[in-house]
Amino acid sequence: MSTEQITTKSVSTNNTSIKHISVKRYLPDSSAEAYWQQYEMPVDDSTSLLDALNHIKEQLDSTLSYRWSCRMAICGSCGVMVNGIPKLGCKTFLRDYEGEIRIEPLSHFPVQRDLVVDMEIFLEHLAAVKPYLIDDNPVKPYDPKAPETYQQTPEQLARYKQFANCINCGLCYSACPQFGLNPEFLGPAALTLAHRYNLDSRDHGKKQRMTELNRHEGVWSCTFVGFCSQVCPKHVDPAAAVNQGKVEAAKHTLIALFKG
Amino acid sequence: MQQRDFDIVIVGGGGAGLRAAIGAAEHAKEHKTPQRIALLSKVYPMRSHTVAAEGGAAAVTSAEDSHQAHFDDTVSGGDWLVEQGVVDYFVHHAYQELVQMERWGCPWSRKDDGQVQVRRFGGMKTARTWFAADKTGFHMLHTLFQTSLKYPEIERFDEYFVLDLAVHEGAVIGVIALQVATGELTLLRAKAVILATGGAGRLFRFNTNAGIVTGDGMAMAYRHGVALRDMEFVQYHPTGLPGSGILITEACRGEGGILLNKDGYRYLQDYGLGPETPLGKPENKYMELGPRDKLSQAFWQEQQAGRTGKFGDSDVVYLDLRHLGEKYILERLPFICELAKSYINVDPVKEPIPIRPAVHYTMGGIETDPLCETSIAGLYAAGECASVGLHGANRLGSNSLTELLVFGRLAGEQASKRAAQTEWADTRLLEAQAERQQATLARLCDGEGSGESWVELKHAMVQAMESGCGIYRTEEGMRHSLETMRQLRERYAKIRVNDTSKIFNTELLECIELGYGLDIAEASCLGALERRESRGAHQRLDEGMQKRDDVNYLKHSQVFYQGEAPAELRWQDVDVRFSAPAERAYGDAGKGGKV
Repeated sequence: MSTEQITTKSVSTNNTSIKHISVKRYLPDSSAEAYWQQYEMPVDDSTSLLDALNHIKEQLDSTLSYRWSCRMAICGSCGVMVNGIPKLGCKTFLRDYEGEIRIEPLSHFPVQRDLVVDMEIFLEHLAAVKPYLIDDNPVKPYDPKAPETYQQTPEQLARYKQFANCINCGLCYSACPQFGLNPEFLGPAALTLAHRYNLDSRDHGKKQRMTELNRHEGVWSCTFVGFCSQVCPKHVDPAAAVNQGKVEAAKHTLIALFKG
Repeated sequence: MQQRDFDIVIVGGGGAGLRAAIGAAEHAKEHKTPQRIALLSKVYPMRSHTVAAEGGAAAVTSAEDSHQAHFDDTVSGGDWLVEQGVVDYFVHHAYQELVQMERWGCPWSRKDDGQVQVRRFGGMKTARTWFAADKTGFHMLHTLFQTSLKYPEIERFDEYFVLDLAVHEGAVIGVIALQVATGELTLLRAKAVILATGGAGRLFRFNTNAGIVTGDGMAMAYRHGVALRDMEFVQYHPTGLPGSGILITEACRGEGGILLNKDGYRYLQDYGLGPETPLGKPENKYMELGPRDKLSQAFWQEQQAGRTGKFGDSDVVYLDLRHLGEKYILERLPFICELAKSYINVDPVKEPIPIRPAVHYTMGGIETDPLCETSIAGLYAAGECASVGLHGANRLGSNSLTELLVFGRLAGEQASKRAAQTEWADTRLLEAQAERQQATLARLCDGEGSGESWVELKHAMVQAMESGCGIYRTEEGMRHSLETMRQLRERYAKIRVNDTSKIFNTELLECIELGYGLDIAEASCLGALERRESRGAHQRLDEGMQKRDDVNYLKHSQVFYQGEAPAELRWQDVDVRFSAPAERAYGDAGKGGKV
């Protein structure tokens, strides 16, 4: 093949500037009140908010606590509020912000310390919807000696695939006014996960999940604000899943009614 | 102090840990011996680094493929430093595990007829890699996590950081952990313990790994006398993003992506991987589908010759996908498109992606027997933290996701078997060990540390590993790195944590992780220095050591912890029962397979 010199644009690392980041601190064993603390640091076009937090931790203030891990927007650890909007720290770039940046822990969850929130209720809601494949009487049970897969066409896969992309970061719960009012509401991610399995051609567990989904704290608490889908960093569109879930739940109720 | 009893304690909630938990639960159920299983993880399980694996999981799938072929690829890929009995077991159990994942709901990509689709991967003779777009690890981890919720006998301890194993008279009796949210010590008594704590990529500065990949389990076993085996073999993945090191999957090349130097030339043909394959027609074991060690080494050679380009401060080559077309790229490789756009502002549909090698995988680890048990009775290890002997001197892409299923399940079953025949140890034995841990924590937090900074020590460690134990190594460089680790270990004894809070004290955790890291970094440097040959991912520039030397070094290195004294190294025979060492060749040179 013909060869030609390759030139690509480069994220410049020389657009260095000084930014101010204000972080809402909460250290329950030294003070009952949260307070704001400002940090100043050099950043360039490639600096993510997570990079900035790591810079603070290593260079400015080792007592700042926050969660992080993969730094590539797939583990779901580093959700925080950035100027009031839920974001992943690793996928938020300081170049996109003018002036002061205000960082707070995710809304609607109890704060444990600094930017760390208690995610237990979120985990409970996920578990409540039976988020696993249910097939109690398979045509061919799994046999490790003669293993056989289910068949699933690309079209069948496409029906649920988008809803299987949730990384459990919890941003949608911070965006959801209903979860803010009532933490018992199963919330966008859990309802989406239920819908993901309900749509899977291999699954026969819809009936078992419906009891949970059809409760007041299930799909019916959603008022279709849609902010959950706007903040989702993986474009899962939980609002669509929840509202498709409402149709399913209504059908389920009607059928139950007729069956008496 | 919280104190609980379990039959089995599993440390680590990634793919191997979750698969072990389910394997143990199923085994106990089948044998009608109800068992309680604790699953501890320093993060929520779905945050574990399995989540970041992209390309896929290998198993012999098509009618034209064979177990023998997967065996041969893995053995030669590992430059014959593999345990061949283990590889044999692995290739025969790979398929059933991937099917089991399918039956649990994993959204594997499909062919039009509804069968599971496979793709090509480096160093594999034929297409045998199952995938879920380019988020295979993510989908596997979430499927395993969600499936684990079906088992009430599995009790999770999310965000519990394990400080130490409790060992008495050569057998494991439990673990001592710190509840991160409260700082409270927790004692878990157990009849069997499985370590599934992942690799140690964060020993190096530039890597594809998550922040949590700090080798904790390796250090814990090592400190109790278990050998760390083959730790000198560290995999550089050829395609990481410049700046961050974020992984760009090998599946890009499996699907037909090509690698170009700054002149637009497919340089791999100059490194024993050619001849050049036609654009859009990738061929297994040729060119871009060579193994990772060879490709990373080729990058280094191009860099030395001045044929790499620049991206910011980084030397790079280019991964070009454009000829695959937008539709195909977005169907098969959506995640890397998202990553390249977000992190370097490059759209792979329109431009070649600048990439460079980054530390990716720890081939070595906690030595286990073929049934995943370590030299401590009742202590098992599985997944990247373990050295069961599958990868040798170089791992093939897509063998590790399958490994964590095959050996995660096996470890779980073995642990369950042992637990059924074992009694708990006396609680007072654990309490004594917990008290020692308490003293260590106290020293870190309120001791009279001379003000040694963990940040400084960590930076010195990752710099020294990168400069001395990189893609090509020299006697002098490795010796310097080893000495650096020994000095840093001394300085570590004087470290001091500034944060004295009990609640979510991540500075304390970083310091403990650094202590783990320094111990195993020493082991890695020692293995590297003593291996005076070149094999797989361990390449020396020193005169007379640039080739493989089977006479002296067809041996595993085993490094043993000696407390504050320098670590000691021994050599161990390799299981070569099926396939005698032969020349490792790719491209046309590898035609006709092995000798």
